[in-house]
Amino acid sequence: MALTVSMPQLGESVTEGTIARWLKQPGEPVARYESIAEVASDKVNAEIPAPADGIFGEIIAPEGSVVSVGQPICTIEQGAGASPEVPVAAAAAEQPVVAVPAIAVEAVPPVREVQPVAATAAVAAAPPPAMVPLAPATAPLAPAAAAPVPSAPAISPAASADADTDGAAHQHVTPAVRMLAREQGVDLSLIQGSGIGGRVTKKDVLDHVQRRDEAARAAGPAVPAAPAIAPVPAAPAPVAAAVPAAATAPPSLSASAEEGDQLLPMTSVRRAIADHMVRSRQTSPHAWLMVEVDMSRVVRLREAGKAAFRERYGISLTYLPFVARAVVEALRRRPTLNAQWSEAGLVLKHDIHLGIAVALEENLVVPVLRNADRLSIAGLAQAMADLGNRARANRLKLDEIQGGTFTLNNTGALGTVMTQAIINQPQAAILTMDAVVKRAVVVDDMIAIRPIMNLGLSFDHRINDGLQAARFLQDVRAQLEGLDEGATLL
Amino acid sequence: MAVKTYLEAIREGMRDEMRRDDRVMVFGEDVGAKGGVFGVTEGLQREFGEWRVMDSPLAESCIVGVCIGAAFNGMRPIAEIQFQDFILPGVDQIVSEAAKIRYRSNDDWNMPLVIRAPFGGGVHGALYHSQSLEAMFCHVPGLRVVVPSNPYDAKGMLVAAIRDPDPVLYFEHKKAYRLIRGEVPDHEYTVPLDRVRVVREGRDIVVFSYGLMVDTAVQAAERLAPDGFSVSVVDLRSLRPLDRQGIVESARRCGKVLIAQEANLAVSVSSEVSAIVAEECFEYLDAPVMRIGGPEVPAMPFAKPLEDAYLVDVDKLESKLRSLAEY
Repeated sequence: MALTVSMPQLGESVTEGTIARWLKQPGEPVARYESIAEVASDKVNAEIPAPADGIFGEIIAPEGSVVSVGQPICTIEQGAGASPEVPVAAAAAEQPVVAVPAIAVEAVPPVREVQPVAATAAVAAAPPPAMVPLAPATAPLAPAAAAPVPSAPAISPAASADADTDGAAHQHVTPAVRMLAREQGVDLSLIQGSGIGGRVTKKDVLDHVQRRDEAARAAGPAVPAAPAIAPVPAAPAPVAAAVPAAATAPPSLSASAEEGDQLLPMTSVRRAIADHMVRSRQTSPHAWLMVEVDMSRVVRLREAGKAAFRERYGISLTYLPFVARAVVEALRRRPTLNAQWSEAGLVLKHDIHLGIAVALEENLVVPVLRNADRLSIAGLAQAMADLGNRARANRLKLDEIQGGTFTLNNTGALGTVMTQAIINQPQAAILTMDAVVKRAVVVDDMIAIRPIMNLGLSFDHRINDGLQAARFLQDVRAQLEGLDEGATLL
Repeated sequence: MAVKTYLEAIREGMRDEMRRDDRVMVFGEDVGAKGGVFGVTEGLQREFGEWRVMDSPLAESCIVGVCIGAAFNGMRPIAEIQFQDFILPGVDQIVSEAAKIRYRSNDDWNMPLVIRAPFGGGVHGALYHSQSLEAMFCHVPGLRVVVPSNPYDAKGMLVAAIRDPDPVLYFEHKKAYRLIRGEVPDHEYTVPLDRVRVVREGRDIVVFSYGLMVDTAVQAAERLAPDGFSVSVVDLRSLRPLDRQGIVESARRCGKVLIAQEANLAVSVSSEVSAIVAEECFEYLDAPVMRIGGPEVPAMPFAKPLEDAYLVDVDKLESKLRSLAEY
């Protein structure tokens, strides 16, 4: 029999992918999990594994074609010895590039195959296993991972197994669902379908909208849209009460369009960024601190070493790796800044995975530098240059944009001098580097000209108070101002 | 209000109109002394006399033709066809004369005629006493075709049909006669002949049906409630013309549509409802339109197991609803 392979879910909110290259041709034997195609989406690139052993059949989607998630891309002919019961969707969820933390997989009840949406959502929502020493069982974390658990259909769970074998025909979006999703601003890839073959039904969308609206109502009044800076723990009530809850209105097409206006159609990336920003503002009470850093030593070090650095590594030396190095040092000393909120308590992350915000023309991506604290300034520079280049070329892999524990944002490269960023959930804080500007400052009761950089920290006031946040910033500043000018960067 | 059977409600409708308007008369086989083969006209001849409740020869063409002549001459005749299965000899009169007279005479003439006929199976009536032939008449412009599903509608729609200035085919499900009971007001009232009735409100699926199948649909709908599926049941009431707006409203609201009928499906009421939904509700549909009805065999069998196999019952309807719910 022929097994139809469909475009897998390539990450949260990704709705389509481009077939970059076929790695197998019709007639070639394929083994289960063997890569059969390279796929590029607007966020990441991935390889699609074969869902079963067999002979590569027909290419349905040629190279370069853009295919919606769930639509067929090729077929695999299965022999008598193959295992036809393997659901296509389940195999797609097991893409090797998806680093599914063990804890997240366990949190999904084994009632059905893990659907791709559930798997990727769990990656985003569940903490990695590193925190297990704090919690003997998975139980305290279950609430975070429980949300995307596929709800077993009320009727005849066996139906989905039947449906999966005859391919992606059931993944279509009915006119009613398409209209409703458009009206309500719903990203269908976020919904676990209860229909045949996991199809998202109208009822699923209505339930989703209801839950979303209820969540927005519940979260709305408690979230200050512009939290006051509170360097010391202070009574927040009057400020919070006075601020209108601006972010609670459900998304709709309520913008007024007049003659001559232009509508840029919503893209999935824009929608994903918007959802994340709204969610972050609704989830975390943002507080903000800023310090000034005298960058004299950094500037001198960079000036002295940049020619040799370029010669040796082929990349230019910027201020970014200096700050990144100072940040990971400070995070080691201040673990509550490298942490996540959970109802059971603070989860202090063991590893430091530093997210670096990279601005692209039309969107924003935050590649993650794993174990950034193990790298020198030179190592950070190289790794960040590599991630940045690949982000701009759309060549990041899925696990390179997930799992960050702290985010560094370099808007100074764009000339800003004061930036209040929105926290990259579920992290505790985000640090912004502003431009290094020569300013007249008072040093030892004399006026001196020094290169000054502002460092702005947006932090989740549930996790840290101003005290911890300020100490963290002092640490970063001390690192940067106290650099040994004799140090070698090579 | 008193609880009455479907049959009593029909009789009461005729009786009240005959008391109110002495132009109203009944003509059909055994409608007089016997009171009709099912007893629907029982007591009417005693009250209104042989000239207004008149036994006819065993000839449907004659029954319809005589009533057409009476209507031309200022009467308001009610023709009773003993079984809908036997209406076929009268079809020429109905289609060629009654349906066309207003159009043919450029509005000079009209045809205030009601033709009542019991239809439907499940009563062990076999080939010639069980058929559902409504679709034949639904095709014909110039006719109204109505089917009440309950005693309240049965009386109110019959009164409206008698007062209607044009020919109305009023089909009664014979199994409903003594099975379906409901409250019927004693006072005068009418029920519109061209409006659906939402029998049961629901959000997820709508079942369009008519006649006795409405009751079956309500029972099946209730079986899905514990599983979280909210099923709406809409009684079409008028099969020609169909209440396009009423159908569209419910279909758009629910997004999933099932049409349930006793008759076989090909070129039937369900076909027309499906077409309306396809034409007017495409963007609102969350599943293909589904239909359930009788098989494409020439008639209802006599043997009990075969009759059961032919008929749509609550189990079959529930199963169909579940496949639509799952979609």
